[in-house]
Amino acid sequence: MTEGPQFLETLKARFGDRIRGANLENIDPWVEVAPEAIVEVCRFLKTDPDARFDMLNCISGVDYFQPDPAKAKRASFEPHLEVVYHLSSTVTKHTLVLKVMLPRWKDDQEGVLPELDSVASVWRGAAWHEREVYDLMGVWFRNHPGLKRILLPEDWEGHPLRKDYELPLEYHGIRGR
Amino acid sequence: MATANREQIIELDVRTDELLVNMGPQHPSTHGVLRLVLKTDGEIVTHVEPHIGYLHRCAEKIGENLTPRQWIPYTDRMDYLAAMNMNLGWSLCVEKLLQYELPEKARHLRVIIAELGRIASHLVGMGAYGLDLGTFSPFLYAFREREKILNLFEEACGARLTNSYITPGGATADLPPGWLEKCEAFLDQFEPVIAEYHALLTTNAIFIQRTAGIGVMSAEMAIDYGCTGPVLRGSGVDHDLRRDGEERYTEMYDGYAFEVIVQKDGHYPRDHDYPPVPPEAVLGDCWHRFYVRMLEVVQAIDIIRQGIEFYRSAEGDWGHPIKLNTKLPKGEVYLETECPRGQMGFYLVSDGSAIPWRTRARSSCFCNLSVTEELCRGCLLADVPAIVGSLDIVMGEIDR
Amino acid sequence: MAEFFAQYMPAGVAYTLTALISAALLLGVVGVGALFFIWAERKVAGRIQDRLGPTRTGGKFGWLQSLADGIKLLTKEDIAPADADKTLFRLAPYVSLAPSYAALLALPFADGWVGWEINTAMFFLLAVLGLEVFGVILAGYASGSKWSLFGGMRQAAQVVSYEVPLGMCGVIPVFLCGTMSLTTIGNMQAGWFTNWLIFHDPFTFLVFWVYFTCAVASVNRAPFDLAEAESELVAGFHTEYSGLRWSFFFMAEYNSMLVVSGLAAVAFFGGWNGPVPIFASWKAAGGGWEIVANLAGCINFIMKAVLGVMLMIWVRWTLPRLRIDQVITTCLKYCVPLAAFCFVGALSWQLFDLPSPNDWVPAERAGRAAVREPWARGTTGSTQSSAGTSARLAQGSEVHR
Repeated sequence: MTEGPQFLETLKARFGDRIRGANLENIDPWVEVAPEAIVEVCRFLKTDPDARFDMLNCISGVDYFQPDPAKAKRASFEPHLEVVYHLSSTVTKHTLVLKVMLPRWKDDQEGVLPELDSVASVWRGAAWHEREVYDLMGVWFRNHPGLKRILLPEDWEGHPLRKDYELPLEYHGIRGR
Repeated sequence: MATANREQIIELDVRTDELLVNMGPQHPSTHGVLRLVLKTDGEIVTHVEPHIGYLHRCAEKIGENLTPRQWIPYTDRMDYLAAMNMNLGWSLCVEKLLQYELPEKARHLRVIIAELGRIASHLVGMGAYGLDLGTFSPFLYAFREREKILNLFEEACGARLTNSYITPGGATADLPPGWLEKCEAFLDQFEPVIAEYHALLTTNAIFIQRTAGIGVMSAEMAIDYGCTGPVLRGSGVDHDLRRDGEERYTEMYDGYAFEVIVQKDGHYPRDHDYPPVPPEAVLGDCWHRFYVRMLEVVQAIDIIRQGIEFYRSAEGDWGHPIKLNTKLPKGEVYLETECPRGQMGFYLVSDGSAIPWRTRARSSCFCNLSVTEELCRGCLLADVPAIVGSLDIVMGEIDR
Repeated sequence: MAEFFAQYMPAGVAYTLTALISAALLLGVVGVGALFFIWAERKVAGRIQDRLGPTRTGGKFGWLQSLADGIKLLTKEDIAPADADKTLFRLAPYVSLAPSYAALLALPFADGWVGWEINTAMFFLLAVLGLEVFGVILAGYASGSKWSLFGGMRQAAQVVSYEVPLGMCGVIPVFLCGTMSLTTIGNMQAGWFTNWLIFHDPFTFLVFWVYFTCAVASVNRAPFDLAEAESELVAGFHTEYSGLRWSFFFMAEYNSMLVVSGLAAVAFFGGWNGPVPIFASWKAAGGGWEIVANLAGCINFIMKAVLGVMLMIWVRWTLPRLRIDQVITTCLKYCVPLAAFCFVGALSWQLFDLPSPNDWVPAERAGRAAVREPWARGTTGSTQSSAGTSARLAQGSEVHR
């Protein structure tokens, strides 16, 4: 039972236009938060006595990009990255979905990772999730206690869950493609 | 805590150089290919850094290239010790996107299978924990019973480990005739056997010495790290998705009577037949995590018995799998289920085609493991397997 | 035996020949013992764990499983890691095996059936068994692996601690019998099982269990197998070993188990003197009859020792492993005080001449008197009654030396 509508008003009242929007029609309604406000919003949601979102279930990255130029014209989205936060509460048993939209590359310079503030200071468990998002999706988290690759080897190049990712030709003598 | 003080005294008395040891990825007690880099001062571990990813098989990327039903075997291979529960989580997630309504019979079939999977998984968790503490026999006692569950699974779907049985839309087949009787016979035989495990482990003085008061995790810390399942409930947090989850999951358990296994006022529900909590044990330590699993097995037996009755009297069909190339509606869903090791979440983003735009698996062990760094700090070398073992991790699920 | 050969050849050759025969016989005990115990361990463990264990090799019960394993180990490559101190690494298994083999030298298998009859056998045995740890430390140090080093250090700490209570337990039979000679200690318990030293008084009964605990710890068996704790240290001190060298460690371990169990059998369970004195009259008859009686005693002794080993196997497959601090705590907080307490208790029992089950069988009273040392009783009144036993002992040792 995702409580999108219930908290949307509270969040809007408190954070104003830093709450970019919401989709309440989706099966799991979600709230879009401005990238610079994510830590504040999360801290508010964790400590607010009505919300009490004490558990961060998951942080996922989603890449909206159609590598095939033929299909790209028909794509229903602008190329961008989304970081999705699934929150829940062990007290009130509510759940909530937050989203942050990021450009695929910082300042549209290919190869420069987009940046976002880390919420590891809010939930300690976020550290590993953010490492995974960085590793596989390529989002740089500022103020992270130790941002490095987690699933892939530390000298791996690229971020495999990006839609335009291509497997390297070889890795330490192992054939890739 | 007394132990912490004692360790400090040792540390202050004899100052020695630190030793950097690699525990794993090939090590008997890291449950697969976990690598822990330990900094030890003699026998005392001063710093632990888990390195994961040795079993990374790109499951999420593969999911972006297959239809949901084709991805079912990949979910098997995440938590390969509770493959049925993995299938269930993904199936429910897909059904949530499709807004698929399940027939009554299929619902009870899934409960029976999922709870059997929970028993099978906890049996491994229990046996392997014995191994971590240096006793071999409980492991084989556990596997003796697990084999019988796997036999039941084999009869139901043809596979023992990677079942791919529960699929979006129901299951791949109905339970074969006579299966329920065999399942009941197994439960009747299995329930008295649980006392053996308690005699060998739970009440064993050495076992209590090795686990009670070791790796104590407060409720606040467990929640903060996103720990779920028996690890969370072992810390005394009353949270079980079978009761507290979202409707699509909890409605599966509608009509079932069960309690969440968590300590209240020094007692666990359903512990009347089993040994009481020893005075040395502290809420949130390895012993409690282990005990919660043991009681969940008893709970699961009860749920299966109810499920069998419901299944027998249920009307209608057992459900049919959706077509391989069913078009998914545009949208995104996230669903968590209570797997044996914790809350396994699946996140599915669809752009309207038959193949998901993004699949994401939220691994329970991944979050549970992230506490090791804090939990193992300052413990003895022998406590590291005891603590990691009590988290009951499966590397396949962590690395995906 | 040497005297017997000396009748036919020069004394030097006779003694060398005797030594070689003894050594060969004891080597047989080591080899066959290890083969048997490894097979038995697998079989017993299998049954304990609700499975069958080896079933095929060598017929019905997998009799030849250990032999097949031995052949496999022989053919395996002998690997020394690049980081290892090669000389010490190669030396360590021998250093480990030699003491446990040497300990057999002083262990009597029956009245006078002993490799080397020395009057300080108990002391020799405990001292030599303690040397085994050097092999383990050497292996741990020389392997060039951190896990091995951990294992070696753990073993050093553990064995050094457990030597103390083990020695204290060993001293109790020594002073009850007034001798360190194991042959004499064994002979003094002749007769019915009530004459066994374990039934001497409540303290000796208690101290046997302390001894057994310490013995399990000193031979590095579960729940005290910290040096090779496979769930923590991979395989501990023998992580880097392979093939025959690795099997030497195993032979040393199983042989040490046999030795400590044998020592317990002699010191507490009457050694070759059975629960019922069936062969007592045969033994008195001398000549060929005595050899038959001794053979029966030898079988009796071996059965007792094997029973001790089986107990260790049973314990191993039942209990979880202790942690290093708990192992040391068990030793220093429980075993040492208990052993000391029993030492004082047994001493007092002897001193005040309290009633003992050892005195229950009147027919054996003559033999028992030797146990009661004159100095402890404060009188010399009973010395004449021990004359018979002493004479027999003297006679026995002359015949078999």
